[in-house]
Amino acid sequence: MLLGFLNNLINGISLGSIYAIIALGYTMVYGIAKMLNFAHGDVIMVGAYVCFFATGSFGLPPVVGVLLAMVVCTVLGVVIERLAYKPLRQAPSLAVLITAIGVSYFLQNMALQLWGSDPKSFRSVVPTGSVSLLGGQISVSYVTLVTVLACVIIMIALTAFTGNTKLGKAMRACSEDKGAAQLMGIDVNFTISMTFAIGSALAAIAGVLLCSTYPTLMPTTGSMPGIKAFTAAVFGGIGSIPGALLGGILLGVIEIFGKAYISTQLSDAVVFAVLIVVLLVKPTGLLGKKISEKV
Amino acid sequence: MSRLEKRQVTKMVPVPSHSIVPERDVDKAPILECSHLGIDFGGLTAVNDFNLTVGRTEIAGLIGPNGAGKTTVFNLLTKVYQPTRGTILIDGKDTHGMNTVQVNRAGIARTFQNIRLFDKLSVEDNVKIGLHNQIRYPMWSGVFRMPGYWKKEKLAHESAMELLHLFDMEGLANHQAGSLPYGAQRRLEIVRALATNPSLLLLDEPAAGMNPSETADLMENILKIRDTFQIAIMLIEHDMNLVMGICEGICVLNFGQVIAKGTPEEIQNNPRVIEAYLGSQKKEG
Repeated sequence: MLLGFLNNLINGISLGSIYAIIALGYTMVYGIAKMLNFAHGDVIMVGAYVCFFATGSFGLPPVVGVLLAMVVCTVLGVVIERLAYKPLRQAPSLAVLITAIGVSYFLQNMALQLWGSDPKSFRSVVPTGSVSLLGGQISVSYVTLVTVLACVIIMIALTAFTGNTKLGKAMRACSEDKGAAQLMGIDVNFTISMTFAIGSALAAIAGVLLCSTYPTLMPTTGSMPGIKAFTAAVFGGIGSIPGALLGGILLGVIEIFGKAYISTQLSDAVVFAVLIVVLLVKPTGLLGKKISEKV
Repeated sequence: MSRLEKRQVTKMVPVPSHSIVPERDVDKAPILECSHLGIDFGGLTAVNDFNLTVGRTEIAGLIGPNGAGKTTVFNLLTKVYQPTRGTILIDGKDTHGMNTVQVNRAGIARTFQNIRLFDKLSVEDNVKIGLHNQIRYPMWSGVFRMPGYWKKEKLAHESAMELLHLFDMEGLANHQAGSLPYGAQRRLEIVRALATNPSLLLLDEPAAGMNPSETADLMENILKIRDTFQIAIMLIEHDMNLVMGICEGICVLNFGQVIAKGTPEEIQNNPRVIEAYLGSQKKEG
């Protein structure tokens, strides 16, 4: 009973770490560009495909595959921002939202056209095997370890980045007041591009880790995790980096526990039910900023 | 108050562009030259035929009744709005086609009528944001805290503290900007603008909401900024004690038009200015 609980908890944290990495992309873009980039989930899928072909068809080592996926996704993210979102900087947010959904469908259908609809079996970038704990009663696979570790490292690096670097500070300044930031000599367009670049590079990592854990790769692979990660970002408080981590991990744990103890079919419903309850009690999410009216 | 009392009246001399600049600046190229500047919003002409020359170390005032277009002029100068007509030369360079960031790098910094600090950042970080365009290091050296980063960060920290020290704010460096009292927030906005190393500082109603003793401090500070950094300052203000006390050249706007330019004494006695502020006297006939 307890062992089962621990096993589920570990699986939950592993899945949650992936959600958290994806949610970071949502939350950073929202925090700075004040838009919901619904194409983010599909960038994950593209990243996974790039890694799949790099390691599978070209026989490159997994590390190179991951790096290549990050490079391609970074470029893709910046190009999407430049072509689809930048012209709409002054447009109402609904127009941007619809465009993001359009970009999402575009990416899915482009993948369908390029790589076909048949599911690919993704070969894990992490060697198979596991670490035994508690005298062999619990085993933690290498993929799980790498996923959690990657999530922790990314969190620490991002916190250091936004806290200490020039660009990080520029991002925080832009998220508060773009006009004032511009008048202080900050290139807002460049800052937004960089935000997309970082978010998309993270999406590539998330895509590879996701497919290493759940190895079915299709053009729609990214959409459900994308929506879940968006939920995680809202759950933790959209715009907040620690919130994305907390929301992601909680969501992963709730999902796995829902599958284990309630019903496999109902697990998603449980996840969203918890989200609804949290938002009813705390509308800005767990770590969300209090929105105060200006007087 | 010592400096204010000792202050002598600046001798202003005319320049070819129908403006006046302080006599000490007349040999140097002016920092700002606006000619025939104008902007329309749809059918409404907010500013029209705005001509002004500001000397290198001048403290210039821009006054006028509410809605005269004063802040619009600032927004034109900083390219928040692109002018419909006319040219703006900063330090002799035409700013046509420049955006806000480029204008800032060319030497214009400003504060806002409503305080627009980065509330959630610390006081020091607010100033460092202003220092941004003067420090350079590669991104990864910041993430991994390489030696190059520390060196540049130390420099930025030192310049930030130096600036804060000038305004007796170094003790507040680690406070969140949004948590400062009102007067300190106003001062921090000026420090942040100064950090971008401007040659022309635009202050939009710096004394708004201040009591007379805070205003007197502010006047001291404005003079101190000009003397320390040898830059020009242009300010919009409704507090006539401040404007008449420290401004050397004053430009009066009404309904988007310049109705008078001159020294404080000339402006105070100008019938068109009095009319704009107090309404016209009985019409003759």
